[in-house]
Amino acid sequence: MNYHWNWRIFWEPAPNGTGTYLDMLLSGLLLTVETAICAWILALVVGSIVGVLRTLPSKTASWAGFAYVEFFRNMPLLVQLFIWFFVLPELLPQAWGLWLKQIPNAPFYTAAIGIGLFMSARVAEQLRAGIGSLPRGQKLAATALGLTTAQTYAYVLLPMAFRIIMPPLTSEFLNTIKNTSVAITIGLIELTGEARAMQEFSFQVFEAFTGATALYLLINIVVVIAMRFLERALAVPGYITGK
Amino acid sequence: MKHLPIIGLALAAALSGSPANAEELTGTLKNIRETGAITLGFRDSSIPFSYLDDNQKPVGFAMDICYRIVDAVKKELKLDKLEVKLNPVTSATRIPLMANGTIDLECGSTTNNAERQKQVWFTNTHFLTASRFVSKKSSKLDKIDDLKGRSVVSTSGTTNIKQLTEANAARNLGINIIPAKDHAEAFLMVETDRAVAFVMDDILLASLVAGSKEPAAFAISSDAFSKAEPYGIMLRKDDVAFKKVVDAATAALYTSGEGSKLYEKWFMQKIPPKGLNLNTPIGPELKHEFANPSDSPDPDSYKTM
Repeated sequence: MNYHWNWRIFWEPAPNGTGTYLDMLLSGLLLTVETAICAWILALVVGSIVGVLRTLPSKTASWAGFAYVEFFRNMPLLVQLFIWFFVLPELLPQAWGLWLKQIPNAPFYTAAIGIGLFMSARVAEQLRAGIGSLPRGQKLAATALGLTTAQTYAYVLLPMAFRIIMPPLTSEFLNTIKNTSVAITIGLIELTGEARAMQEFSFQVFEAFTGATALYLLINIVVVIAMRFLERALAVPGYITGK
Repeated sequence: MKHLPIIGLALAAALSGSPANAEELTGTLKNIRETGAITLGFRDSSIPFSYLDDNQKPVGFAMDICYRIVDAVKKELKLDKLEVKLNPVTSATRIPLMANGTIDLECGSTTNNAERQKQVWFTNTHFLTASRFVSKKSSKLDKIDDLKGRSVVSTSGTTNIKQLTEANAARNLGINIIPAKDHAEAFLMVETDRAVAFVMDDILLASLVAGSKEPAAFAISSDAFSKAEPYGIMLRKDDVAFKKVVDAATAALYTSGEGSKLYEKWFMQKIPPKGLNLNTPIGPELKHEFANPSDSPDPDSYKTM
């Protein structure tokens, strides 16, 4: 192969004047992490609410939860980001649309919200499965003790359900981090975007994407380890997840 | 039996010095002779340099130049038949595909600069373009200073966004610079008022405007962010023999006046698939370059004195 390898490229100054190429990738990594954390918090909060809705006895509530989940999980993430970014402002009254378009950092907020809502549908499904996997007796026992529905969920069902779905939630968190790369399509220059920029400037394609790969691996390994610790710390001895 | 060494020597001499091709072929030329095929890399939407027409066939100014190069290679190798293979490339895949030998020439709108010459070589420049901005006529912007404090978009990873960043800092303009993923998206941002202007190579802006819903609504600035930068057809680095053939072919094309005819065809007349007309007359720098073909990456060397 006729390729001029240059691994030292990472320490060479990037032409956009913000430091070296490595600094460029690291600033992309920072944006990836920020976007992923915001999206993940949103996914957990909204996903938990919708997941609970789907298991409530009320028909309306469970139908609303069902509609939400199917709407967000059956549309490709890329299409959803495009709708949020390009279509929504056109549907609003012109003044609101213009305001929305001129918010600084619009791609960041759009990406965090878009990816967060997309992932929330998946979190909701998992929480529903987690609650469904609990023995029926737990809910009945809570009712017998005189707990209201809210109390039953808060003190009996959710604490166990979340422990059970911890491993799949770890995967979802990793997916959230990786899904942020889709946001380059709306102009968020995160890690993948910076790797693309680096190869355009330097023509060192393989080095740029190898660097990005290594950084993605690194950040995901950190997440996996942290979640393992959390799982162990929260395990209930004698129950499914506690050994 | 004692003649054996002599026969061996004669054989060796006959094998090594076949007089038919005095020079041993190397690199790309050798490859082309062995396989009887040459592979051109094309872009799918680099109008009018290299793009797909309504039959999904790559056409364009750079493609026409590449076919002339193919003819010259065929003549050089004295081949009766040379198969032309076409392979789509993007800005991210063009380097790996060139390095691993999938494509022999990249026919598109790749800027030739010193940084990139560390990785690939370019033949004689086929176009010169400067960085300008496009905006809606209704916003009445024409000078770089008019952009003060506004939102301006450019494509990430291009030399254009770099020039915009530099101009912003040097002139203290306080422009909010938005990076976009590609040209189409950046132009969409101007169309939908997310940005007031889009900074890009002027020829790409002209093709985006010509292809838009309302070409008359947009204007390209007279102020430029840069000197005219050269576009070149890319070939593998350190392949001296192949570059010689390609350089000779392009030089002959440009100096004979046929280069200008090809230019007329793609920049002054209606082009497929939608009958767009870019209406971009040839500039003095490019005219000068066609008269004195050069593969220099230095914008200053294209000045017409």
